[in-house]
Amino acid sequence: MATDTITADDDLAVERTKLTVSETDVAVEIVDMHKWFGDFNVLRDINLKVMRGERIVIAGPSGSGKSTLIRCVNRLEEHQRGKVIVDGVELTSDLKRIDVVRREVGMVFQHFNLFPHLTILENCTLAPIWVRGLPKVEAEKVAMHYLERVKIPEQANKYPGQLSGGQQQRVAIARSLCMNPKIMLFDEPTSALDPEMIKEVLEVMVGLAEDGMTMLVVTHEMGFARQVANRVMFMDEGQIIEQNEPEEFFSNPKHERTKHFLSQILH
Amino acid sequence: MSTTNATKEISFVREEMLPEMPAPSSVVGPVAWIRSSLFSSPGNSILTIASALLLLWIMPPLYNFLIGNAVFIAEDGAACRVEGAGACWAFIWSRMDFFIYGFFPAEEQWRVNIAFALGLVLIVPLMWPELPFKVVNALAFFVGYPIIVFILLSGGMFGLTEVPTVNWGGLTVTLIIGLVGIVTSLPLGIVLALGRQSKMPVIKSVCVMFIELWRAVPLITVLFMASVMLPLFVPVGVSVDKLLRALVGVSLFSAAYMAEVVRGGLQALPRGQYEAAGALGLNYWKSMSFIILPQALKHVIPGIVNSFIALFKDTSLVSIVGIFDLLNTVQASNSDLNWASEQQAVTGYIFAAAVFWVFCFSMSRYSIYMEHRLHTGHKR
Repeated sequence: MATDTITADDDLAVERTKLTVSETDVAVEIVDMHKWFGDFNVLRDINLKVMRGERIVIAGPSGSGKSTLIRCVNRLEEHQRGKVIVDGVELTSDLKRIDVVRREVGMVFQHFNLFPHLTILENCTLAPIWVRGLPKVEAEKVAMHYLERVKIPEQANKYPGQLSGGQQQRVAIARSLCMNPKIMLFDEPTSALDPEMIKEVLEVMVGLAEDGMTMLVVTHEMGFARQVANRVMFMDEGQIIEQNEPEEFFSNPKHERTKHFLSQILH
Repeated sequence: MSTTNATKEISFVREEMLPEMPAPSSVVGPVAWIRSSLFSSPGNSILTIASALLLLWIMPPLYNFLIGNAVFIAEDGAACRVEGAGACWAFIWSRMDFFIYGFFPAEEQWRVNIAFALGLVLIVPLMWPELPFKVVNALAFFVGYPIIVFILLSGGMFGLTEVPTVNWGGLTVTLIIGLVGIVTSLPLGIVLALGRQSKMPVIKSVCVMFIELWRAVPLITVLFMASVMLPLFVPVGVSVDKLLRALVGVSLFSAAYMAEVVRGGLQALPRGQYEAAGALGLNYWKSMSFIILPQALKHVIPGIVNSFIALFKDTSLVSIVGIFDLLNTVQASNSDLNWASEQQAVTGYIFAAAVFWVFCFSMSRYSIYMEHRLHTGHKR
């Protein structure tokens, strides 16, 4: 990897050698997918193949369909045409398939969406206990492991309302990890955070990438895209209009729309 | 020279931090309280004085009527007929059995007492959050207890004399209707509310129709229809117990109201909660029971208890179809010639009102306690 082309505008420490991508193992495959909200064609002819271990950053102006795209991967949104195949399972209206896919796909939301009536620990153990059928003791062990990993084990017995935004988002990541997912979706995970807290969340995400997690990340954090992503996609008007390796994407954008977007977001 | 001074003032910074200082007496203490709560403005001062005068005017006669001149012990109404006598509590006392048990045979009233005692033994630990065995306790109260009470009160088995429901009455019946209504309307209301939000058109329209139909009809109409019209539609020889009909009517009626209260709670939840539950792989029923309903119901505790209280008071309407609930027994006793006096009816109604008030106020306080307990600091 030619690390010298990466502008160090962010001090995220990434060990690029740890970032490996499988050549043969497909995690997500989207073929000719369309989606409509009413009569608005929000996603148009999306084709995307994500290999195991890939870290894809999806950028684009608001309303371009990037969140909707990743929400189609765990069927929080349903597509009307084309195919979405996640971990070998094609998503249809069959509820069993949706459950199978959601078990293997973790998701982190812009507004954390922790369950405010449950403690941090209960937030993390609920799904392992009731979806995976893990015994409570076991689930708590797993939860504490991941809470330690996101560096907040001491908050385990507090309620989400007592934590800062950055802490809540780290809990949300830990909660997803407790299900031991094969793929992680991030929907603008740092957009609702103060600048100081963005870094603590990004560091956790870097750690995940280094562990070989397949990640689809919708974000405006271009520093993260530069250093962690192996592919950056640019979306506009419901279409993927450009995708490339990060160095190339940032230094030599092809599409007019991309150039304009980058000039707005990078100064 | 003046410019340097100005700069100095603008750039003033404190070099040591100040310790916290005690609040002045104009902010804390009894004098401050009186000033801020009672005499904060001329208007408020006038209101305070007016209220004080009103209390002075009302309280002494009220005290005299309820306690001072009240007749507590008497053999019959003679003492209450004396000029200037207050409330005739002796009358209430002499009819107490009737108010509690209705026409339940005197020698069988111990059965009702056992039912009361058992209910108390089960409900107190159920409402006490710190105590263990909640599941067993809930099962015992919601499943076992109604069966035991039914056997105990109606009899006809285990060597108990049969007591038909027409003989049940007084507070017993009021509590039965109230409790059954409360216990059945909440789960039924939750199911209806979920059904109304369903994406399946058949389920949705059935629930909408049910809710809109029952909500649009006065409870009195429901009770009349249940007691007068229902017998016309069932085959000859089949008779449904009158009390049972009233119970079903009251329960379905309040379930429709409850459904709308619960729906309010469901709608108040941000969509993110549904999505997060779904994204974790929880299916519909699991997300509802662990994520959505606990939060939605907590948000609408005031509304739920509001419905409970309304339901409990509405039980007095069953008197119009001839069921002897508490209010009806009081009303019937008011014409008791032995105790005839000017204050007889007033005393009776004050007693009935006081009993209803005690139950409703307890529900209200308990709901406030639960709201505080379930508050996990996420409301800002």
